[in-house]
Amino acid sequence: MERDLYLVLENGEVFRGKRFGAEGEAAGEVVFHTGMVGYLETLTDPGYCGQIVVQTFPLIGNYGLIPDEQIGDRAYLKAYIVREWCQSPSNYRSEGTVDAFLKQQGVVGLYDIDTRELTRILRENGTMKGALAESPERAHEVLTAFIKEDKATEGHASKVELVTRREVLTVPAKGETRFRVAVMDYGCTRNLVRMLTERGMEVTLFPAGTAALDVLVTDPDGIILSNGPFDPEEDAELIFEAQRLVYSGKPLMGVDFGHLLLALARGARMTKLKHGHRGANQPVKHLPSDRVYIASHAQGYAVDADFLPMNAWATFENLNDKTVEGLQYTDIPAFSVQFIPEDGRGKSTTGFLFDQFEKFMKDAQ
Amino acid sequence: MPRNKDLKKVMVIGSGPIVIGQAAEFDYAGTQACRALQEEGLEVVLINSNPATIMTDEAMADHIYIEPLTLETVKRIIEKERPDSILSTLGGQTGLTLSMQLAREGFLESHGVKLLGAKPETIDKAEDRQSFKDTMESIHQPCIPSKVVTTLEDGLAYAEEIGYPVIIRPAFTLGGTGGGICHNVEEMKEICANGLRLSPITQVLVEKCISGWKEIEFEVIRDAKGNSITVCSMENVDPVGVHTGDSIVLAPAVTLSHDEYQMLRTAALDIVEALGVEGGCNVQFALYPESREYAVIEVNPRVSRSSALASKATGYPIAKVATKIAIGYTLDEIRNAVTGTTYACFEPTIDYAVVKLPKWPFDKFVYAKRTLGTQMKATGEVMAIGTSFEQAMMKAVRGAEIGLDTMNLPKLAELSDEKLIARMEDCDDERIFIIYEALKRGVSVERVHEITMIDEWFLYKFLNLIDYERRLQAEPMTEELYHEGKKLGYPDKAIARLSSKSLPRHENAVFKMVDTCAAEYAAQTPYFYSTYDEENEAEEFIRNRHDSKPTVIVFGSGPIRIGQGIEFDYASVHCVWALKKAGFQVVIVNNNPETVSTDFDTADRLYFEPLTPEDVMNIIRVEKPYGVVVAFGGQTAIKLTKFLDEQGVRILGTQADSIDAAEDRERFDALLEKLKIKRPQGHTVFTTEEALRAAHDLDFPVLMRPSYVLGGQNMIIAFSDEDIVEYMQIILSHNIENPVLIDKYYMGTEIEVDAICDGEDILIPGIMEHIERAGVHSGDSIAVYPAWNLSDNLRNKIVNHSRKLALALKTMGLVNIQYVVFENEVYVIEVNPRSSRTIPYISKVSGVPMVDLATRCMLGEKLSNMGYGTGLYRRPKYMCVKVPVFSFEKLIDLDVQLGPEMKSTGEVLGIGRTLEEALYKGLVAAGYKMKKSGGIFITVRDQDKGEIAEIAEKYYQMGFRLYATRGTAELLEDEGMPVMVVPKIYKNAKYNSMTLVESGEINYIISSSKKGRLPQRDSVKIRRKAVEHAIPCLTSLDTANALADSLMSHYSQENTELVELKDMKD
Repeated sequence: MERDLYLVLENGEVFRGKRFGAEGEAAGEVVFHTGMVGYLETLTDPGYCGQIVVQTFPLIGNYGLIPDEQIGDRAYLKAYIVREWCQSPSNYRSEGTVDAFLKQQGVVGLYDIDTRELTRILRENGTMKGALAESPERAHEVLTAFIKEDKATEGHASKVELVTRREVLTVPAKGETRFRVAVMDYGCTRNLVRMLTERGMEVTLFPAGTAALDVLVTDPDGIILSNGPFDPEEDAELIFEAQRLVYSGKPLMGVDFGHLLLALARGARMTKLKHGHRGANQPVKHLPSDRVYIASHAQGYAVDADFLPMNAWATFENLNDKTVEGLQYTDIPAFSVQFIPEDGRGKSTTGFLFDQFEKFMKDAQ
Repeated sequence: MPRNKDLKKVMVIGSGPIVIGQAAEFDYAGTQACRALQEEGLEVVLINSNPATIMTDEAMADHIYIEPLTLETVKRIIEKERPDSILSTLGGQTGLTLSMQLAREGFLESHGVKLLGAKPETIDKAEDRQSFKDTMESIHQPCIPSKVVTTLEDGLAYAEEIGYPVIIRPAFTLGGTGGGICHNVEEMKEICANGLRLSPITQVLVEKCISGWKEIEFEVIRDAKGNSITVCSMENVDPVGVHTGDSIVLAPAVTLSHDEYQMLRTAALDIVEALGVEGGCNVQFALYPESREYAVIEVNPRVSRSSALASKATGYPIAKVATKIAIGYTLDEIRNAVTGTTYACFEPTIDYAVVKLPKWPFDKFVYAKRTLGTQMKATGEVMAIGTSFEQAMMKAVRGAEIGLDTMNLPKLAELSDEKLIARMEDCDDERIFIIYEALKRGVSVERVHEITMIDEWFLYKFLNLIDYERRLQAEPMTEELYHEGKKLGYPDKAIARLSSKSLPRHENAVFKMVDTCAAEYAAQTPYFYSTYDEENEAEEFIRNRHDSKPTVIVFGSGPIRIGQGIEFDYASVHCVWALKKAGFQVVIVNNNPETVSTDFDTADRLYFEPLTPEDVMNIIRVEKPYGVVVAFGGQTAIKLTKFLDEQGVRILGTQADSIDAAEDRERFDALLEKLKIKRPQGHTVFTTEEALRAAHDLDFPVLMRPSYVLGGQNMIIAFSDEDIVEYMQIILSHNIENPVLIDKYYMGTEIEVDAICDGEDILIPGIMEHIERAGVHSGDSIAVYPAWNLSDNLRNKIVNHSRKLALALKTMGLVNIQYVVFENEVYVIEVNPRSSRTIPYISKVSGVPMVDLATRCMLGEKLSNMGYGTGLYRRPKYMCVKVPVFSFEKLIDLDVQLGPEMKSTGEVLGIGRTLEEALYKGLVAAGYKMKKSGGIFITVRDQDKGEIAEIAEKYYQMGFRLYATRGTAELLEDEGMPVMVVPKIYKNAKYNSMTLVESGEINYIISSSKKGRLPQRDSVKIRRKAVEHAIPCLTSLDTANALADSLMSHYSQENTELVELKDMKD
């Protein structure tokens, strides 16, 4: 029998829905995702580590569980909120339901709430913390405890530890090895690795905390600072190591979290976006060519346009809110983008960014 | 890129008359285009032969020509107006084809006209079979494998290569005769050989059969800089094999995984890039359900029905954006009108499900073949928005006005399981209900999927509904159970009926906003749909507006069907405008995605909802209107009157009681008696016996119809007992509970009046006279305005009758009255105290803004203060002829003989100084080739024989060769005309009326028969054959006579006057 489950937000709003997925309670930052397809990516994206994700599209789980479409090896999010999950999915590759997946991954699910109302609250108030439990009172307790704990750990243990890998891993290039690339894993997705290896790059993934020297000693042709879920300002250690990677003069490409980290390493300031960019439909304008691309995002922060990093100019901007979406450095062979230049299995329309990275590496050789 | 500053004067070509496959969506697109151009300060020249459109309204363009959409006419208008550019992609296939012809001939270049919207290269790449294939190959996009072969051996070899099943399509056979699907070598040997034999050039196309694959569409927009986005994905519930216009469609696509979705999305963007489209484009894919294999089915590099649907489904105005792109803007420069803060260069994301359900004409065309296939048959569609598929589907079904409020089609209960499953094999308009019934009886999802290839996802959703209906019967009624039903989309009535229990409470719906962005940005667009949730955004929206103006709700006309077309959308939109001008906040409710009324910026607020009592009450509860308007939304809105009246809702204009008085036969008869106005005598009957008795009492011929009709639904003229028995059988089998009306039928001149009444006086902008005598439905007759051969005496009588009727019925607003003049006596046929089909064209040609004045009357203003006078309005200096247009080639087995049952789907207008000129232009606009020589085949029923000789003589004098069946031939020979006698079909296999029609020697056919209707009858077969061969088939002697007169006149496409709409006023 379905049991009631409550969501309580920081501002006191309460939503009553029904429970699915794993047993238990959950607390985290509540964010919404506007993609109409791609829930498997969302569920396994390290970018959502620790967060409670609300899907704005009401019908979730329609094509079931397709392991091949996961972009991380597990579910990173804390809890999952949908209006309706599909009990009888339909796709020839489906191996189960979203419910079964959440159960297996230990992720709490809430469904049958007015997800649009929740989204509008998050839009108006900005991202908030929230908690799920079987009574509003209990959810309050969980939320209070979470906020306290969150405050307590602020500035301490690196949260990136939650999503990064434990050991160095080398993935061979598909076909002939044209380049050897080091990827700093702050919550890197399978898709990024796949796109690199398909371009003939041998990829070595390093845990986030790896000292710059340990990376540089492998003498990669280039370094990629990957995407990741957290506030890059939180971890001074990571910024410091990133600075040392910059000093090496190796070609560098930053993506999402990596973009912000690189900018911080070069003295930029950051701003927190009110409710973040999470979805598949944000228009970003490539300023040199005046072309607009539709790109995937999963980010809650951006580089402050008034405090760009040293010797850098903006290459991309968000067409809607004009936030900085890409940077090109003039004194080092480095560039970065806020969005994720990969979309599922389709060819990426922003694949030219990888061409640019390749060119840097070729020039450096 | 900013706007191209060289552009000053742009010509827009409309899509012409409404036909199946090209309907109101192009009025919506064209209207958006004209507005977008005017917004930019451009001078707009518009040509469209369809007078019922909003785009041909005075305010929409600077120069409006309601002229035939032919190459000659368009050229002459270009020479006259000298536009610097022409917009090709907003007028459907008609507009596109004309533009391309003009471009290819070099006409545009030589006249310094720039082609906007689509380049000929793009169109070639998209429309030319080979060039499309080559283009797709060059960008590695798979097409459906196919090959032209001329021998069976080659056919077999190719089929082996691509694998069975394959489709054989013989070249140059009409309607694909002789083709078929082959599943193996044996079938291939038979069908391919047969196809080769039937093809006049011994050639067939062997194509891989992909029926059963998923059909997925993408709407894409690209600008000149190469920015491109997908607006919306759509998934057809019916897999490949059923025309997308006849498919139930869900937006967005749901059964595609992210990989599959991105694969097709990327393909769509690549295709649009390769074609170099600048504007909107529709790309259709077939996706094999069990692999990543797919094929590009079709690409339409212009706005389309699908783009209208995508616009309404997402809130993204594709036609408007496409127009801005055509004049030079790029996507990153165009604002998203919905949010006002973001740009058109983004991909809309939605947080609801959208279902489109087609509306088919089979309720009227009892004998037409209902099977759905590659030829579209729907006349219109409804769209429904819900937070679940179930809810949207249920809304669509009850909004389609097919007598259902759930998925249960009662008559299917009688079918045996075997029959039910057998019927599932053929796809027709009822298949979705058959599937539902089968699932209800326990047929497994797998089995249904196997037979229909409909994705299991949809079938499981139907099971959810079935499961709920079962629980309604089995479980006690609780608030929880009731609420669940509301969420699934069940109206209160249905829950009560299915559960046989009283409801625990009534839950009001709440409204959510359609905002293109799933609430990510605050939107300003007042576009709402209902669901059952907590938060009510409409209420919040109204509250925040702080608008003290009173609110009026206008109810629209629902899906387009025969008899209730775009004319009612025209009236609804004009009513909205008039109310706004009068200082009201105006709300529109409608569920037709093709229309201007459902554009989010037509009214102050739009509710995309079914027009049923419970649905509209939900809106009334939130809007708390001062009053509501039902008079402009056709029968759809009128049907709500009684209910709204009972609910105490103020109805503006004519009251429920008056509508009832006009529709209730006894009350109406009593009224006529009182007013001393005559009508054909009649009786009301319920059984066949009563019907026979009544007919004998009145004398044949008699007119039969069910009471409460629209568009002559199920109406016939009976000449014999046999006709009566057949008709009553059909009616009784439809479980129609209302009585059947039998009237004396007078073969006189039919007169139609549209008037405006303020309760004290009336204004008649015009009296129309029909070319065809009464008996041909007014919607199917050629109507002439002003009436050209009424005596002053009769005219006065008609004006007086009209005034008396309008006042006696307490009409406030529009009233449409039909008369028949027989032996110098005026009889009333019917009075409709509401807007009619003829309002748009009469408004345009008379210069009297009828809907505007009628709306003001409803609000209490007096005609005498409006500046147009009262009584009969002054005679215009032009004659106008409205010619109906049919979609017969799309409706197999439908008898084309005109009768009291309306069959036309659209209309065109001819305007001229004389009746002959107007008629000539009208006929040309309707598609008549106006050939002045060749053969004419005449075969008429006995009652027509008295007059046929005189008409035949005219054709004979012009030099036509006469052919006729024996009876008719003897008659003509007696009059001294040489005639070739043609044997009936069964008499001679080699040479008969059928082979004659096929021979190509015939340019016109005059055919009438006493019976018709049944597709097996020879006369019907001949007429169908004529349709296949595109030979004009005249089934009324009056039409034949008028055509002859027009052919004999000296008019040609070179010498008619080009009439600008505003010229008609002075």
